[in-house]
Amino acid sequence: MTNPTNTRTFAPNERVKKRNAAEKRFKGYGLTAIAVALAMLVILIGTILTRGAGAFTQTFVTLNVELLESKLDKSGTRDPAAIAKVTTFGYAPLLKAAMERTVADHNIDTDLKSGDMAKILSKSAVAQLRNLVLSDVSQIGTTVEIRFLANSWIDGYLKGRVTRDSIANNKNVSAAQLDFVDGLRAVGVIEKTFNPDFIFGSDASDQRPEAAGMGVAMMGSFFMMMVVLVLSLPIGVAASIYLEEFAPKNWITDVIEVNISNLAAVPSIVFGILGLAVFINYMHLPQSAPLVGGLVLTLMTLPTIIISTRAALKAVPPSIRDAALGLGASKIQTIFHHVLPLAAPGILTGTIIGLAQALGETAPLLLIGMIGYVATNMPDGIVAGLLDPNSAMPAQIYEWAKRADPAFYERAWGGIIILLVFLISMNVLAIWLRRKFERRW
Amino acid sequence: MTPQTLIMAVALLGGIGFFMGRHRALSSADHDPRLLHSRPHYYGGFVCLMTLVPAMLSLAIWVLVQPMVVSSLAGGLVSPQSIPNGSSLGLIMSDVVRMAQALTMAAAQGVIDMDALGDAGDAPAQMADILNAVGIAVGSDMTPDMVQSAMEMVRLTAIGDWAMTIVVGAIALIGFGYSMARMTKSFWARNAVERFILVTLISAAAIAILTTVGIVLSMVFETLRFFSLHEWADFFFGLEWAPNFRGDSALSILPLLWGTLYISVVALLVAVPIGLFSAIYLAEYAAKSTRGVAKPLLEVLAGIPTIVYGLFALITFGPLLKDIFGEGGVLGVGWMGDARSVATAGIVMGIMLIPFVSSLSDDIINAVPQSMRDGSYGLGATKSETVRQVVLPAALPGIVGAILLAASRAIGETMIVVLGAGAIARFAGNPLEALTTITTRIVSQLTGDGDFNSPETIVAFALGLTLFVLTLGLNIIALYIVRKYREQYE
Repeated sequence: MTNPTNTRTFAPNERVKKRNAAEKRFKGYGLTAIAVALAMLVILIGTILTRGAGAFTQTFVTLNVELLESKLDKSGTRDPAAIAKVTTFGYAPLLKAAMERTVADHNIDTDLKSGDMAKILSKSAVAQLRNLVLSDVSQIGTTVEIRFLANSWIDGYLKGRVTRDSIANNKNVSAAQLDFVDGLRAVGVIEKTFNPDFIFGSDASDQRPEAAGMGVAMMGSFFMMMVVLVLSLPIGVAASIYLEEFAPKNWITDVIEVNISNLAAVPSIVFGILGLAVFINYMHLPQSAPLVGGLVLTLMTLPTIIISTRAALKAVPPSIRDAALGLGASKIQTIFHHVLPLAAPGILTGTIIGLAQALGETAPLLLIGMIGYVATNMPDGIVAGLLDPNSAMPAQIYEWAKRADPAFYERAWGGIIILLVFLISMNVLAIWLRRKFERRW
Repeated sequence: MTPQTLIMAVALLGGIGFFMGRHRALSSADHDPRLLHSRPHYYGGFVCLMTLVPAMLSLAIWVLVQPMVVSSLAGGLVSPQSIPNGSSLGLIMSDVVRMAQALTMAAAQGVIDMDALGDAGDAPAQMADILNAVGIAVGSDMTPDMVQSAMEMVRLTAIGDWAMTIVVGAIALIGFGYSMARMTKSFWARNAVERFILVTLISAAAIAILTTVGIVLSMVFETLRFFSLHEWADFFFGLEWAPNFRGDSALSILPLLWGTLYISVVALLVAVPIGLFSAIYLAEYAAKSTRGVAKPLLEVLAGIPTIVYGLFALITFGPLLKDIFGEGGVLGVGWMGDARSVATAGIVMGIMLIPFVSSLSDDIINAVPQSMRDGSYGLGATKSETVRQVVLPAALPGIVGAILLAASRAIGETMIVVLGAGAIARFAGNPLEALTTITTRIVSQLTGDGDFNSPETIVAFALGLTLFVLTLGLNIIALYIVRKYREQYE
């Protein structure tokens, strides 16, 4: 065995050692830089997942509520109009009674008054009960089992966000209530389960974080993306065809080209200002409407689509064009019958990536009024979807972040998970399309 | 006819035109397509286009112009006395428009009879009833001349709608008749249709220009209005930013510019070393498989929406910094009062910018010819010496371009600074204190119920224009440098 260092023709002197050390250090810097960048990515994704996963589960309280005729329908006629006159205040005693009964049924030891017991429920519980009764008045007089949302403090307690220490001076929830919750939990009245309403439901006022959901904002984003797709794809493809296939090389087309590459780098908030000045102040389109959001995002997406479409058109070899032209096709026929179909996968990929960018964009939406608005109503129909005030997914996340309440922060992170699921699926689709239809000439 | 029914009618005529045109052309060639100059569907298409396009364009223009004309005609009826102090004809007219809307709705619902209206002297009282009936609210006090103006508006709109139907219908029919008359076998239908397609393509390309023109005009116009209300020299060279809605606001861009540049510099201090060293490692050292994994992963950082970074800065990173540097923190130094600060926003923004620096630098380093490296190795240089003394100097212009692009991103970034940087406009040097930026002030001045006649609101347009010019300048320089550099080695 020979030691490799002994086979060297010269022994490494001080200077060589120094240079080799510098070499190692330099390589180390590079590795560290990549490690730091990737660690940031991992931390970011980890934060999102750990903080946001909780939003998908919610604490529910299952109660047997006796729908007393004496409280809800004094006349006994079951006349819906008369029953509708009982406001949510009229339903509160039913919940208190139901709480007391639960305590009695399960032999739970507590000093709480029934009012404080009922306070562990969400503020939306009475409205939920009222809507249930009004949907079918024949239930009055019977006892029904209903699942209510617990309020955000109790929910936070089950998720570990709220502890007895952290609520020492809190007016909204007391340690006794937490003990009571522990008792109910032991007998299975309170449980934490998956909550589809977070994904499909509507936003709620800042008093009821437990009831807030992404569904309506998702529809807002959907309609915006439809506007972006319908406008930016045809316009972007048409513009690219002209620039790539027809445009003469002169100063006008130079200006257009410089323009497009610069538009791609204009800060998104500037597009928001444009939208506010042109679409809302000048054209008087409705504020907060997905149509306006879609128009603004279209202007932002166009450069992306144009750049990728031009690349796709450029990738189609000239021999295809020459063959078609040689057979007597006109230039337009050549492009629409031969070049465009071959470039379609590339165009599609670019479009999906452009849409994904637009989907996550927030800043311009702030200026056209898509925040500060509680998106509670599902749009009914396409016109309403385009013109009625709505939120959008990133705007909804910002709105929740602004409400400065840990329960809403959790929902904001959860909203990010939903948004990222959309973005990742769109990007995966784009990569898959590229791999599947990629063609080497 | 409403515009919607008109569109349907014209579209129907266009559809019929397609089949009639095709049939007529075929008939002229004894139903032998070979005798036609173009294939039959080009003939149908020509008729369809000639019917639809001019009519639709005129309809669009009409729909845009009519409200302006009607409003200026009806606005003449409002006497100057009924404009209260502090209000303007524009505000009054928006109420008049709302009244006109109410009248139209009420007439459509059959609540009122339009012809019977207007004789009575108590017009405002009648109007109030009508507004109540259809559930529309009007902001200012109603005067008889305003009601009169609203009724004039309804009358003119009705006339306008009739005229629109006639004009647009006539244009559609003329187009239809003209094109049908040309449906002979010798007509060059394909060339005509293709000319039309080419025009469409050109107009699509022009939209890119129109967008830029729209951005610039909309902002220049409002900025000039702002400078008529506020001294321009104070805006550019004043030292204080303190808007208030009493009217004596200090609106100067310098404190905001300071905050913007400070945060951008912090972001670049994070992004440039990490991005550049990553690029060097990926381009010069990494195995192909490592590169194939690491590069797309780095680029994920650029694909994450900025709202996510903003939330990360606000909820996770800011409080973490405060736990270290804040009052009662790990270091016990108490340098940081609030979780929002220059460092919070800057460092998080730096993470976002890493791929902007690394991807472009990586491309540029790869574009340095291998022969230059080989020459350096041949002289006995180590790899790092080659990178530092040969590759980087050769790639320097391109890398500078990449950094400038990242800088323009940083200056225009909004969500991270809105959530992470705070709202205090001042010239502070401590990176752990809150500062504010141009973009956050644009958001705060334009959200909420701003009055677009007050300088406090429209200052946002001046800020936006400055931001646009700043980033545009950086981009043009960066793209010029990058392009110049690429040419050097091609």
